Amino acid sequence: MSEPGLDADFLALPLTVLTDAALQVARAAGAEHADLRVQRMRGGQQVLRDARLSAATDELTVGLAVRVLLAGVWGFAATDELTAPAAVATAHRAIEMARISRPLVQDRVELAAEPVHRDVRWISSYRRDPFEIPAAQRAAQLADWAGTLLASPVVDHVDLSLNLLKEQKYYADLAGTSIRQQRVLIEPEIRVLAVGDDGPETIRSLGPPSARGWEYVDGDGWDWAGEIAQLPGLLAERLHAPSVTAGDYDLVIDPSNLWLTIHESVGHATELDRSLGYEAGYAGTSFAALDGVGRFRYGSELMTVTGDRTTEHGCATIGFDDEGVATRSWNLISDGVLAGFQTDRATAARCGFGASNGCAYADSALTVPVQRMANVSLAAGGERTSTEDLISSVSDGLYVVGDKSWSIDMQRYNFQFTAQRFYRIRGGKLAGQVKDAAYQGSTPAFWGSLRGLGGAGTYYLGGASNCGKAQPGQSAWVSHGAPSTLFESVKVLNTRAEGSR
Amino acid sequence: MTGRPRESSPHLVEAALAAAARAGCAGCAVLVEETSTVNLRWALNGLSTNGLTSSRSVTVVAGAAVPGGTGVGVLSRPVTDRAGVTELVADAAALARRAGPAEDAAPFVAGGTSSDWDDPAGETGPGTLAGVARTLGEVFGRSISAGRESFGFAQHEVTTTWLGTSGGLRYRHEQPRGTIEFTGKAAARTRSAWIGQGTRDFTDVDVLALDDEITTRLGWQERRLELPPGRYDTVLPPSTVADLLIYYFWSSDARSAQEGRSVFSAPGSPGRTRLGEALTGVPLTLFSDPDHPGLECAGRVLTGVSSPMASVFDNGLPSPAADWLDQGAIAGLPTTRHTAGLTGLPVLPAAGNLVLRADGGQGTTLDLVAGLDRGLLLTSLWYIREVDPQTLLLTGLTRDGVYLVEGGEVIGTTSNFRFNESPVDLLGRVQAAGETQITLARENGEWFTRTAMPPLRVGGYNMSTISVAS
Repeated sequence: MSEPGLDADFLALPLTVLTDAALQVARAAGAEHADLRVQRMRGGQQVLRDARLSAATDELTVGLAVRVLLAGVWGFAATDELTAPAAVATAHRAIEMARISRPLVQDRVELAAEPVHRDVRWISSYRRDPFEIPAAQRAAQLADWAGTLLASPVVDHVDLSLNLLKEQKYYADLAGTSIRQQRVLIEPEIRVLAVGDDGPETIRSLGPPSARGWEYVDGDGWDWAGEIAQLPGLLAERLHAPSVTAGDYDLVIDPSNLWLTIHESVGHATELDRSLGYEAGYAGTSFAALDGVGRFRYGSELMTVTGDRTTEHGCATIGFDDEGVATRSWNLISDGVLAGFQTDRATAARCGFGASNGCAYADSALTVPVQRMANVSLAAGGERTSTEDLISSVSDGLYVVGDKSWSIDMQRYNFQFTAQRFYRIRGGKLAGQVKDAAYQGSTPAFWGSLRGLGGAGTYYLGGASNCGKAQPGQSAWVSHGAPSTLFESVKVLNTRAEGSR
Repeated sequence: MTGRPRESSPHLVEAALAAAARAGCAGCAVLVEETSTVNLRWALNGLSTNGLTSSRSVTVVAGAAVPGGTGVGVLSRPVTDRAGVTELVADAAALARRAGPAEDAAPFVAGGTSSDWDDPAGETGPGTLAGVARTLGEVFGRSISAGRESFGFAQHEVTTTWLGTSGGLRYRHEQPRGTIEFTGKAAARTRSAWIGQGTRDFTDVDVLALDDEITTRLGWQERRLELPPGRYDTVLPPSTVADLLIYYFWSSDARSAQEGRSVFSAPGSPGRTRLGEALTGVPLTLFSDPDHPGLECAGRVLTGVSSPMASVFDNGLPSPAADWLDQGAIAGLPTTRHTAGLTGLPVLPAAGNLVLRADGGQGTTLDLVAGLDRGLLLTSLWYIREVDPQTLLLTGLTRDGVYLVEGGEVIGTTSNFRFNESPVDLLGRVQAAGETQITLARENGEWFTRTAMPPLRVGGYNMSTISVAS
């Protein structure tokens, strides 16, 4: 089968006409920068409850956005009308917003320079557009999975969902850049539930969201059938698992859990707009400061973390960001020391970086691009260390698998995470599941306790489809890779004890 | 997309329903939604971003007779004309014909035509926030001269929805919605205060009064005290009560309760719920009411997606006032027509607001502080996530001001804490309740803006660990 190309009906939109209409207004108004973005998003969700379709959506949104920088002040306006008159009117509205804002702006915005990318195209790496698969066929595949699981006597309920997104973006600016891009994202999720004597217990699949097509459901990139075969047994074991004893434990953390800890404690903490204070009223700030680059000890020497928007199948992967910046890969933490931040063009210029590293993103035509997270990933160890090797080095600890509940404070210090499964480790061997556990930490101390890294064979690319930031709120997909890891002496709570009086 | 004039929204509804009838649909509901928004955001004593948007979407819920019942197709698109809506209906009908029988299938809702059906969409624009913008200049000036930093966000939106069904219902609802929030920071960002307000039209927003409150709160933080984690008697201001009870509400659907999945399931009694159980001896009533003054919202179900709380087939079904707690006892669990059938409970769709009232509740947050011998006063809660569905144990952070109270007075500030608490369990530890007031939940208010809550004083709020964040 041939690789897909950009959809003809997206390319057929009157993009050049809209560009000329909007940018001419901005040029005439004297804007030093202006961009037009036409964005078409198709989201689809199917939810099955006990093998029956309980909800399905298929939502297309499209619109054009005009952003102008007028005497160092932003103006932004958007509409869902893709006509030349609407583009002109929207450009005038953006200019009006810039003029209203001007008396209230303290610092004039400048943009880091970026080469002109004229008439370029980019498409993500996938084989079958999932929206080309009839909805009934998609639902039938999910129902088949659910039927297999419901056949197990231990499973009382099965929740299945399939979350799809196709993103098509056109970007053009006064400098002459024009870019057409398309990508596809997919997230199947399977949860089995049993109502035991002590209440409900659940186990969720570990297959992550991915920038792949329907081939992902067919097993390219994740062994869904293999995982489905294991879920009932894992659930049965959970029903009889003892409650954890609270205390400090050495943790072997599987990357299926650690990706979310990386997201919260490293990904958001190294966003430059947060560090500067632009999210102080909402998402929060960061303990990581600009003057810490090259100096601040973030974690142990085993810790090297990259930011990238280029990893194949990464959920934040794209060719160019929403300010026309070519994407790249760079170090955020090198050997445990803060090495950089994630930027957009304005924050890069403000802080003296020569160029943006391409993290501007808008989740719809109606929202303004803000700095959003790259794929932020922990590098694997160089040796061929396996997860079993890490477990065997622990005399008394827990093995932590799969993400579940998550929460972290406004400066990204204090966090608490639970997991799909906690296993007791005794004498270097797994000794069955325990339940009701949560681990807590403070970011630099936690990463300072990193004592072991698995090799490339333990690497896993996890991720999320629901990362939130900015006001009005925006949602984004992102991936995080990691190997298996060993952390020394981490505080573990018993959540039942926490909830009792 | 070719420059043809836009069809009006009521006309699009009629065109869609006519197309559905021609396509032989087993019923249809059409939702057309026009949204107009304006926002201003600021940080570091200056405006940062802004936006002005307008958009329209059309959602078609088409039914089709299929073996074993009724299939459904739900599609949403930005349609501009009759040709577009006809194509949309045809695609939704095709989806429905190929679907299996929908578990929540029910007859589309019948009814007449709202008197305002043909009115144009409500709109907002820069003028709505002009007063805020003018006064912000003064706030920034005050902040700079006092060595403070001001951060915040103001947004206003008006969404007009036209719902038409094959049962004859034509219902129009115009929903204005606004929020404004201020965060103030001082002393190299080691002190931080927050205040927020929900509003329908910004005429009731006094920007300088909000900034005055920030100044007062930052003043309370000049004295810093160290407190260990532990359980503290705590005054929860209305915003924090709203954040906790929105979680209660979102977790309370009847089907999940009956299936043994939630805190509202009767433990050890499969198939039974905790309806009727008293959660507290305090006479608390929790309810939704689409006509609640200041929190007016749609009096009928409007949804583009089915969930345990709402079914697409129920579009247009009345969602009248309903009690969730009555005199401290669980009085209602939200249902759709489908889940009412499954659970044997009454049909109880939930309206889009939430109010908690205490019989005889009097006084403000500070009045409750005055009655506290030693304990904490919170400002807001953040990053709240479910840890255990069986108890509805939630974890999260305190944010932007935790104050130590002694002898009924605020004597200083302490660090933030991570808490682990269940709102269901917490209701059993309410010691005092104040007067209900309209409030904005700091976190969940982003999605659920219409709440009115009293301040509560509770015993033994579980502060699990210290957060050094400020």
